[in-house]
Amino acid sequence: MHPVTTVHYLALSAALLLIGTVGVLTRRNIVVVLMSIELILNAVNLNLVAFSHALANINGQVFAIFVITDAVAEAAVGLGILIALFRNKETVRADEIDLLKW
Amino acid sequence: MNFLDLIWLIPLFPLFGAALMFFIGKKLDPQPLSEVAVAAGVGDAHHPAGAEHGHHAHSPLKKLIDIICPGMVLLSFLFSAAAVYQLRQLPVRAHQVIQFTWVAGLPFHMANGHLATFQADWGFLLDPLSSVMILVVTGIGFLIHVYSTGYMAHDNGYYRFFGYLNLFVFFMLMLVLANNYMLLFVGWEGVGLCSYLLIGFYFHKKSAGDAGKKAFIVNRVGDAGFILGMLLMMSVLGTLRFTDVNAALTSGQFPAETAHFGVLSAIAILMFFGATGKSAQVPLYVWLPDAMEGPTPVSALIHAATMVTAGVYMVARSSALFHLAPGASGIVATVGAFTAILAATIALVQNDIKRVLAYSTVSQLGYMFLALGVGAYWVAIFHLFTHAFFKALLFLCSGSVIHAMGGEQDMRKMGALKNKIPITHWTMWVGSVAIAGIPGLAGFFSKDEILWQAYSSPLGSNLLWIVGIVTAGLTAFYMWRLMNMTFYGKSRVNEETAKHIHESPASMTVPLTLLAAGSVLAGWLGTPKLWNLGAPFHWFETWLRPMFPAAAEVAEGGHAVEWAFMGFSVAVALIGIFVARHFYHDKPEIPDSLETKFKPVHTLLYNKWYVDELYDFLLVNGLCKGGGSALGAFDRNVVDGGVNGAGWLTRFSSKVSIWWDTWIVDGAVRLTGFTVKLLSYPACLLQSGRVQSYAFFVVLGVLAFFGYYIAR
Repeated sequence: MHPVTTVHYLALSAALLLIGTVGVLTRRNIVVVLMSIELILNAVNLNLVAFSHALANINGQVFAIFVITDAVAEAAVGLGILIALFRNKETVRADEIDLLKW
Repeated sequence: MNFLDLIWLIPLFPLFGAALMFFIGKKLDPQPLSEVAVAAGVGDAHHPAGAEHGHHAHSPLKKLIDIICPGMVLLSFLFSAAAVYQLRQLPVRAHQVIQFTWVAGLPFHMANGHLATFQADWGFLLDPLSSVMILVVTGIGFLIHVYSTGYMAHDNGYYRFFGYLNLFVFFMLMLVLANNYMLLFVGWEGVGLCSYLLIGFYFHKKSAGDAGKKAFIVNRVGDAGFILGMLLMMSVLGTLRFTDVNAALTSGQFPAETAHFGVLSAIAILMFFGATGKSAQVPLYVWLPDAMEGPTPVSALIHAATMVTAGVYMVARSSALFHLAPGASGIVATVGAFTAILAATIALVQNDIKRVLAYSTVSQLGYMFLALGVGAYWVAIFHLFTHAFFKALLFLCSGSVIHAMGGEQDMRKMGALKNKIPITHWTMWVGSVAIAGIPGLAGFFSKDEILWQAYSSPLGSNLLWIVGIVTAGLTAFYMWRLMNMTFYGKSRVNEETAKHIHESPASMTVPLTLLAAGSVLAGWLGTPKLWNLGAPFHWFETWLRPMFPAAAEVAEGGHAVEWAFMGFSVAVALIGIFVARHFYHDKPEIPDSLETKFKPVHTLLYNKWYVDELYDFLLVNGLCKGGGSALGAFDRNVVDGGVNGAGWLTRFSSKVSIWWDTWIVDGAVRLTGFTVKLLSYPACLLQSGRVQSYAFFVVLGVLAFFGYYIAR
């Protein structure tokens, strides 16, 4: 039985980041995009905790708590914006909303 | 008291009178507005219809005007008489009082290159010539002022009339007392102004206003000549002072222009042109007959006795100049003779009593110029002197007749007035005998002398004499036609007027009597040398002769010829008188049959040779209106064309500017914008507005960033 090393954690973290990123870029539903952003944040958390354990430094875990808090706030704001957007545009599809130009 | 040094005061008395009238006259003679309204439409007829003589209520202060204005002229006369008396005792009979330099101009180069100063004195010159003039102006002027107090008594603007009259006397005295041409010109223009004001005295009558304007404008034409003559004289002689001018001209520096017309002739002709305006000679005489629109005393004083003789005075004053320019003198004589006979022919058929006298004045002035032209300067002044008496007398008598007739001037509506206004009749009889040239009265002596000089002077000719003698016959005829139509024969007065006929008051008849006495006596100062009556009877010639350049003394002919000429001219005058009596008294049907027989001639004469119409056609309509329409065309085409052209040019240039702005300036701006837009198009394509594509670029960027560090 191989022990779980830091490399494994990092590999998982990298996989999560990749999935999250691809999700953000490719999914059309904004709810899913927000969920993908959570994946990315959790990839970061996993990274922080893995290094905190490996380096026996508690700072990383504290940081991870902050990121979780931040993710909650971000999800709240993001869903709020989404609801407002839906009320105006009647859609939650990212490719149908193209206001961010000149 | 040395009156010679006080001659500058002589003109100031009437000026003071005029100033008083203009400043306080209205207070002395207040006029209710209603009277002014009544006066509208009343011309020389100073009786409003039906108004009885002397029933107007006058301000008691009005008497002051009667005292002040004639009084001032009388004062001038007394000072003049005293000064002339003292002048007689001087060894050299000329006295000059220069008070100050009036026009102090700048130095300039004369025609000969020498420096001279353009200046004129405020100075007065009393010499035999001006002494005769001031005595005539103030003496006869005083009598006419007195006459006017009676004649104008019922007119509105009494003070205004006397103010103008006094102002006139002031200017006239300035004219004759000035010691240089420029100051003379001040008087010259001033009398013109007063003439204008007095002709238009009844300004509510359009014809009077028109006549005033005509007189003023025609005089301006002559004045232009006078001014040019003065300037030319200034540039040739460098001075305008009479004494200096005479000294320069008699110094021999300027040879007589006998064979050619030189600069002196030019000056003389220009000055004479000025004289034709003021003294009513051809071609500028047309204003004088119209000037009869003024009150009759004005006609007597200004348009017969004094102002119109200013031209004669001026030419006589320039005798040294005319002496050196025989060609110009010839023109003077010719114009004078022509004017004399032209005016006399017109006078033959006029029916307005004052117009006959007006043409007679023109004719007599022609005589004076004839005398001047043949070099008989003292004779011209002598005729001026006698004419002043008898013509003033005739005018005042005609005024008295008009006064009696209640304003009627048409002789066809008179007749048989002899017994109704006896004093007027007898004085006018004297005047008519005098002008006709019957021996013993003033007109004979001067006219006969002129005729003799016209024949015998080196500058004279048979033709001038013939014109003169024919004119003398015509003069006798038209004067006695006037007398017969007015005083004798059957009465043609309408009954309404007949009731009001009355002799004029003493203020009018006394001047008439005095002038009549003058008309008899004045001539005896200059009897023909032929009669050999002794020094007092040649006083005029001995007094004036030294003033003037000596014309070559009459040599040929001899006494017998002169007696014959004298007898002939008397015979001509008598024939004229008797023909007139025969035509207009004994057989009044003759003139009518003649008139029908020679209809074209009568019409021509009655319409004054159509000279007024000719001038209207040529000058008023032709030159002024034609010139006006030419100027109008110039205005419309050239000036307006210029304006319109400038407008068009502006519009055109603005269109060019618009095109430039639209296509070049705007085009450049648009092109820049378009270029930028074109170039920015690919960038626009990237900016889709979708969040995910932007995120994609961010990821790409991150990957490129890390890729770069990893690959390094």
